[in-house]
Order: sequence, then structure tokens, then C-alpha cells
Amino acid sequence: MAADSEFHVLAVDDSIIDRKLIERLLKTSSFQVTTVDSGSKALEFLGLHEDDGIINTNTPSVSPNNHQEVEVNLVITDYCMPGMTGYDLLKKIKESSSLKNIPVVIMSSENVPSRISRCLEEGAEEFLLKPVRLSDLNKLRPHMLKTKIKDHQEPEKQDKEEKQQQPQSNNNNRKAMEEGISTEKIRPRLNGITAMV
Amino acid sequence: MDLFQLQRRLVDYRASLYHEDFLDEQFSQLQDLQDENNPDFVVEVVTLFFEDSERLLNELAKALEQPIIDFKRVDAHVHQFKGSSSSIGAQRVQKACIAFRNYCEEQNVEGCLKCLQQLRHEYSLVKTKLESMFQLEQQILSAGGSIPM
Repeated sequence: MAADSEFHVLAVDDSIIDRKLIERLLKTSSFQVTTVDSGSKALEFLGLHEDDGIINTNTPSVSPNNHQEVEVNLVITDYCMPGMTGYDLLKKIKESSSLKNIPVVIMSSENVPSRISRCLEEGAEEFLLKPVRLSDLNKLRPHMLKTKIKDHQEPEKQDKEEKQQQPQSNNNNRKAMEEGISTEKIRPRLNGITAMV
Repeated sequence: MDLFQLQRRLVDYRASLYHEDFLDEQFSQLQDLQDENNPDFVVEVVTLFFEDSERLLNELAKALEQPIIDFKRVDAHVHQFKGSSSSIGAQRVQKACIAFRNYCEEQNVEGCLKCLQQLRHEYSLVKTKLESMFQLEQQILSAGGSIPM
């Protein structure tokens, strides 16, 4: 089934040229791609409110397609961006109970050892020097596969539910929601998902 | 000029751009990403680069005209320019940006103004050359030929 091999990457870069480039590179590597131009837009897409870290089910920015249910298997972000840097974005993702398992890769045009170690320490999987090449992207798939494998090793009852409802279930978000949010909020969500099937 | 001559001309022209450092390896990476499904990829990226560069050159001119120059701001623009030129393989433009950043760090106005001039010059050179190259490619395609690698 195509779904298993189709990983979805969220690419973040304030440069329009670099966004076009990374999109083409990722698509050539057979990934699904969404590009955004800032860290805050990335968090929005991931369903995280910057301030409170709780997935806001009532947010008006959620489209009929229900952004928050789109599984993101990896975030690749530029380091130097105005406002929220790639490092800030990395921190926010790793500090979020719902998003912390998403692998994050940092790109930078500057080879600064202290910057690199800071990012790796904060949990970045890779640090790529720009301009990024096709061969660099070969390093990404293993990180995404690792996460999928981890998800499938979770308690069986969750797996069974999800398999019945939707083959492409959003393991990350569902689990996280059950962890972090009360049951009352979950029910409407699950109904929403089954309706989509 | 017949098709073969056009193709020959393109190959030679391209080679000269690499030889004279107008373009570097990164540009060929871009060409490698172009295929039948994305036949205009290079032109599209380069067009974005032109638009972005013109915007940055304007911003730089404005920033350097200020009575009190904000060198951080100037540097930020040059940093962006350096990034985009590096992404498309415009080596001489990228090098001009590196020199420019050094003057920003020193907060040297004269140096910055000279660099801006140099940057404009390099940018306009690579723009002209890329446009000529694209024109040659178009001619080849219109004559029913294919673009040689």
C-alpha cells in the first residue's frame, strides 16, 4: 500500500527560493511536502498553539480537511529565520507532548560547530549544511521509519481501534491526545475522524 | 544557425559560465532536479531569484541611505542574498556578499557602499548571462531539438 511509503515532510524556510528548492528535492525523493515560511506557521500547521501547547480543536484556522489530522513524519527547518528561529521551533516541538516524537532536521548555510551541537543536544536528528543536496535527503528516511516502528510497538488495544477505523490513522496525535486531554474532548474528535472515512 | 550549432553554442556557453565562476556545482544540482514532469524548474527558481534579488538590492540601497545606518539590518539583507545566490549556484554573487558582510561587521559605510556597487554589478552580469542561456535553450526547443546535458 502506498500509504506506508508516503512520508509527509513539513519544510520551514523564510526564503522563497529555498522553499522551492527543498520542495523539489523532497518530492524527487518521493516524500509528500508541505512548505511554510515561518516557525509560527509550522506550529499552526502541526496543530499547536504557540502559547499554551494544547491542541486547540476549536481553532478557526482548521480547514475542512482538518489540518491537525494530517500526519507529519518529519520537520525540516532553516535555522536562521526572523522571529522564531529553527532552534526555537525545534525546542517548541520537543517540549510538546503531542509533537515531541516528530523528528526534526535543521538546515543552515553557516557551519558553526556550537550551533550544530546546540541543535543536536536539543533533539535534532540531523544538521544539514545548505545548499541541501538530494544525497542529504537519504539521511531522512531512517528517522521517519524509526518513528513509525515505535508507534506500532505501542499497546495493542490502540492499534486495533485504529486499524478498524482508518488505515492512515494519525498515531502520533491520537496517542498524544489521549495522554494530554480529557476524554470529553476526545470523543468529538474520534467521531470527526470516523466521519472522514 | 542550425540545431546542431545552437546546441554546440549552448554547451560552450554553459561551460564558460562555470569556468568564469558565474555558476558553480549547485547550478547543475538544480538542472538535475528538472525533468519531464518539472520541465521549467530551473527557469522558475532563477526567476524567483531575480525577483528576490531586486527586492534585496532596493532594501540595501534604502538601508545605506539612512542618516544612521542600521548595520544589523544591512547585514541581514546581505545574509539573505548570500543564501539565495548560494542556493542557485551564483558563485560570484555569493562571494560579493561575503565581502559585503565583512564591511557590515566593521560598520564601515564606505566599504558597504562599494560592496553594494560590486554586488549590483555581479548580479546584473549573472542575470544577463542566465537570460542569454535561457534564450538559447528556448531557441533549441523551438527548433525541435532537446537541451544537451
